[in-house]
Amino acid sequence: MKKMINTSKLVKRIKISACAVILTLSMGLLSGCNQEAESDTIVAGSTSVQPYAEILAEAFMAKDPVAVIDIQGGGSSAGITATQTHSADIGMSSRSLEEGEKDLWSVEIAKDGLAIIVNPENPVKNLTSDQIRDIYAAEITDWSQVGGTKAKINIIAREEGSGTRSAFTELLMGEKEITPKAIVQDSNGAVRQLVADDPNAIGFISLGLVSSEVKALNLDGVEATRENIMNNSYKLSRQFLFVTDGEPTGIQKSFIDFTLSSEGQKLLSKEGLIPSAEGASK
Amino acid sequence: MKSFKEKLTERVFLLIALSTLSVLALITVFIFIKGMPIIAKVGIINFVFGMKWAPSQGYYGIFPMIVGSVSVTIGAAIVGVPIAICCSIFLAEFAPAKLRNIFRPAIQLLAAIPSVVYGFWGVLFVVPAIRKYLGGPGLSILAGSIILGIMILPTIISITEVSLLALPRHYKDGALALGLTQWQTIRSLLLPAAKSGIVAAVILGLGRAIGETMAVIMVLGNAVALPHSVLDPVRTLTTNIGIEMGYASGEHQQALFATGIVLFVIIMILNATAQYITRKR
Repeated sequence: MKKMINTSKLVKRIKISACAVILTLSMGLLSGCNQEAESDTIVAGSTSVQPYAEILAEAFMAKDPVAVIDIQGGGSSAGITATQTHSADIGMSSRSLEEGEKDLWSVEIAKDGLAIIVNPENPVKNLTSDQIRDIYAAEITDWSQVGGTKAKINIIAREEGSGTRSAFTELLMGEKEITPKAIVQDSNGAVRQLVADDPNAIGFISLGLVSSEVKALNLDGVEATRENIMNNSYKLSRQFLFVTDGEPTGIQKSFIDFTLSSEGQKLLSKEGLIPSAEGASK
Repeated sequence: MKSFKEKLTERVFLLIALSTLSVLALITVFIFIKGMPIIAKVGIINFVFGMKWAPSQGYYGIFPMIVGSVSVTIGAAIVGVPIAICCSIFLAEFAPAKLRNIFRPAIQLLAAIPSVVYGFWGVLFVVPAIRKYLGGPGLSILAGSIILGIMILPTIISITEVSLLALPRHYKDGALALGLTQWQTIRSLLLPAAKSGIVAAVILGLGRAIGETMAVIMVLGNAVALPHSVLDPVRTLTTNIGIEMGYASGEHQQALFATGIVLFVIIMILNATAQYITRKR
């Protein structure tokens, strides 16, 4: 009799624990698992800046074990809004501040160049901004129209929502749209691989990721180099910003100072970014 | 009276079985909660038949992707189904036991290869071959069809073979005794008799093809435009979710969940059809 009671208790216990497991699972799924410890310094925003911020945060936390820096994505606009509403301590942006955001404190942490790449076999060395725009709008469709051999241009773009795509659109496309016929790849690496394999392809990637497998085109006669971006002659570059609501203080300030220090700038430079003017002057 | 131990075992198994069901229910509910708002906002007709997908500008039309999914799936069927059916006829009717014992595990192995490996193989081998010999960018419906056609082989072969082997032995014996050749027996007796099983096998294979993501992201090119030939790149419903989920937020993310709803409905219809056909037998 005693044994029977034990087993029925066991059944109950199993039932309860199973229910608990299912309940926690479902709550986790529904709530989206957003838990934030209050003492963390939250850095949120552009997914283009995110990987670099993570590297910076890792190095910073290794030096200062008390500080906890939490890097989150969400996109530039989301990061700026989060800074304004104080749900993030530092916002990351890969675009410049718009009207209504100018009252935020901001600093350029680095620049990122955008390279237009083709296959090394392609005889074309230079394109104008207008030609690139027309190629991506599918108004120029053959390489012979821009001084190459006769072959259809295979256009490669990045996916909707990508920071690299939006930078390309803002800097080059103007009122026109990237043709929906463009092949879409979801990373800089995939675009580079495809251009390396296809003699008729054109793509755009972050300048730091250009390798010998592909050829970076000159834009309006200006070579795509770090120097030309620093002296503003190569136009395809964007700023990476950190923004805060008011002058940064405390850990906010020490993290931004670390980013702009020669150590922080060296880390960014090693990852392929171009050091910021502010950082370089220190 | 059943012993408590036995009841306990029964209950435990029931609980575990229920937990798999509850996961299915959770996922379904979650997809619908996340995806319905955008369908309600854009309108189901505009969403399903809209030609323009540009989330940054507020356009959410997935028709090119539905066309993409359907065309790649039909392509996979054209590539895979004849091979699969011939292979299962061979295994069920012609192959000596020794050969069968090599074939069967080999085909099972085909099912065990991760899809990213198929995709990688496609990018390095199929895509350049198409670009070189047929022209175009290589990333195309054709490349996707070839890869998916291979990926659906194990599903179709194993179910078709089982339904051929399940036929009563005397069908075949009778036919052969009446003087039919082996090929006549297969063509005019065994295949028609196993028809429902074969159709179900094909439908399940197609369900697998339409749901595949990783391999097709790599070989299809993912362009959001209606294709004009099999050498054009397309985007399927699955790849739309796979390629854009990384950066999506807000309405864009909802639209990806809504894409999932459409996919869910299509696969439900396919599976239900397969079940209906096998039950009717």
